[in-house]
Amino acid sequence: MTMVTMNDALEGSHRKGRKFGRDLAGLAVILGLAVVGYLLFPNNLALLTRMTAIALLVLSLDLVTGYCGVATLGHAALFGSGAYAAGIAAVHFGLTDPLLMLGCGILGGALAGLVCGLVILRAHGLPQLVLSIALIHLFHEFANKASSWTGGSDGLAGIAPDPLLGYFEFDLWGRTAYVFGIVLLAGVFTLLRRIVRSPFGMLCRGIKEDPIRIRAMGASPKLALMKMYAISGAVAGTGGALNAISTQVVGLDSLSFTLSAESLVMLVLGGTGSLFGALTGTIVFMFFEDIVSAANPFHWLTMVGVLLVAVVLFAPKGLYGTVVGLAMRWREARR
Amino acid sequence: MSAIFEVQNLKRAFGGLTVTNDVSLAMAAGDRVALIGPNGAGKTTFVNLVTGNLTPDSGDVLIGGESVTRTNAIGRVRRGLVRSFQVTRLFQEMTPAEHVALAVLQRDGRAGRMFGHFLTMPEVMAEVIELLGKLGLRELMHRRVSEIAYGQQRLLEIAVALALKPKVLLLDEPAAGVPQSDTGLIEKALADLPADLAVLMIEHDMDLVFRFAKRVIVLAAGTIIFDGSPSEVTKDPRVREAYLGSYANASHAA
Ligand SMILES: Nc1ncnc2c1ncn2[C@@H]1O[C@H](COP(=O)(O)OP(=O)(O)OP(=O)(O)O)[C@@H](O)[C@H]1O
Ligand SMILES: [Mg+2]
Repeated sequence: MTMVTMNDALEGSHRKGRKFGRDLAGLAVILGLAVVGYLLFPNNLALLTRMTAIALLVLSLDLVTGYCGVATLGHAALFGSGAYAAGIAAVHFGLTDPLLMLGCGILGGALAGLVCGLVILRAHGLPQLVLSIALIHLFHEFANKASSWTGGSDGLAGIAPDPLLGYFEFDLWGRTAYVFGIVLLAGVFTLLRRIVRSPFGMLCRGIKEDPIRIRAMGASPKLALMKMYAISGAVAGTGGALNAISTQVVGLDSLSFTLSAESLVMLVLGGTGSLFGALTGTIVFMFFEDIVSAANPFHWLTMVGVLLVAVVLFAPKGLYGTVVGLAMRWREARR
Repeated sequence: MSAIFEVQNLKRAFGGLTVTNDVSLAMAAGDRVALIGPNGAGKTTFVNLVTGNLTPDSGDVLIGGESVTRTNAIGRVRRGLVRSFQVTRLFQEMTPAEHVALAVLQRDGRAGRMFGHFLTMPEVMAEVIELLGKLGLRELMHRRVSEIAYGQQRLLEIAVALALKPKVLLLDEPAAGVPQSDTGLIEKALADLPADLAVLMIEHDMDLVFRFAKRVIVLAAGTIIFDGSPSEVTKDPRVREAYLGSYANASHAA
């Protein structure tokens, strides 16, 4: 009996060790890719920084869609709210310290997350999707109408962030912004890895599969999902704030249906319910969007379309999920 | 002696069909009750009504003397009223260990924790291993539920309910779908339960009923037609009549 228990304890720590290893691996992958990106596209750091900001949006979407099963086509509402919160703080309140702007973005995103969660979680399935679409249009219209605050369709310009930590200027080449973005992404990623594996993460996976079962365990799916929406909002808000700080403008497109839909496409492409999947999808999609569209401006969307259809039909777990599945089968076969 | 669980004049109809018709019963701590009745008698509906999964048309439900008729399903679980499902409701993508750990953490108010992992929480793991061991699921604890046999999923369904450490436990046909060779595991797990726990078990296997229950309640067409000792239930003419239709035919068919 004690032997048995010992084995289990060992197995437990072994598993933990592996997970911890994957944490480090994840971090190494992000930093590695960041360096490769820097070396390959030193003149296009702005694109890489935008990719980082969008990756935060897709990670945030993964939290509610991939991990909790919420259907939404309005997730840019959280991203855009973060961007506007950071931008408005700088332009209208003189809070030009980038970390303060970031804080405002996180807060704005989390608040928008709570508002969206409150509405979207009232429904399920198709009605839920429709509610999310209605919400993103409302957010968009609101930002458009409140033009004295947001600049309306001209965008909110004149954001001039101070040097980061009072020392690193946001330079013309976008180096500071890029490094800032990568540090944020790595930090958020590490935090989210912990959250999705925690008891709370487990609870959310349960809710995704069967909320009635969760209720029969005495836990409230609604409460957990609202918490997740707030966290998701904070993450998307981080991305929004990063975008506002790095581009120094906030446009209505950051609060658009298009961006919402694209982020969902990226997530599905990479694989839902996996943080690595969210990253993979973002990189592949935005690579196509930028590089392939430059090479072939007429057909890049067709190519993305074909890729998406192929993924949905033949690799429903997404690019990352499928690769992992294949690797696991290969390992089983060798055993 | 005060009842830990009480149902008063519970009624529920679906359309024109009255499925629960003025059902009243009381259970004391430590009771071992079997609820039996032909298919479609309204047994599962009764469980759904008392746990708050369905709303009754009228009647009251009390836990520990307090009315919970207006409390939702979550609140009733938190007061110690726990059920298992006749058709397993498990998370296909999760492991047995995760199921039991989630139940244990939830019971202790820690399911909302955003850091740590249950595999590294010794007190949680000790409970997980003990419970799963009791139900013969230790070897499978890290497999996904979708990969384990249905009979074993039924056992896990019971493990989850037990992990919540209820005061009143309602088991809806726990042995249905479990291979004969494994029903002993269920019986042993039930025998090991705290003596002050009140258990109501819905079951068709009469051998199991007679070994488990000190009191048998018979439900037919939504009405309680018998409430008494196991030795008397088979002699009761109304019970025989209620069962004649279904069981006489069933045994012929078999
Ligand atoms: N949601 C519902 N809507 C309509 N009718 C229902 C509903 N739930 C149950 N019923 C009906 O109520 C009756 C009792 O069903 P119930 O599932 O409670 O029976 P049971 O005693 O548990 O039967 P079994 O032994 O087969 O599990 C059945 O006739 C069933 O069709
Ligand atoms: Mg039933």
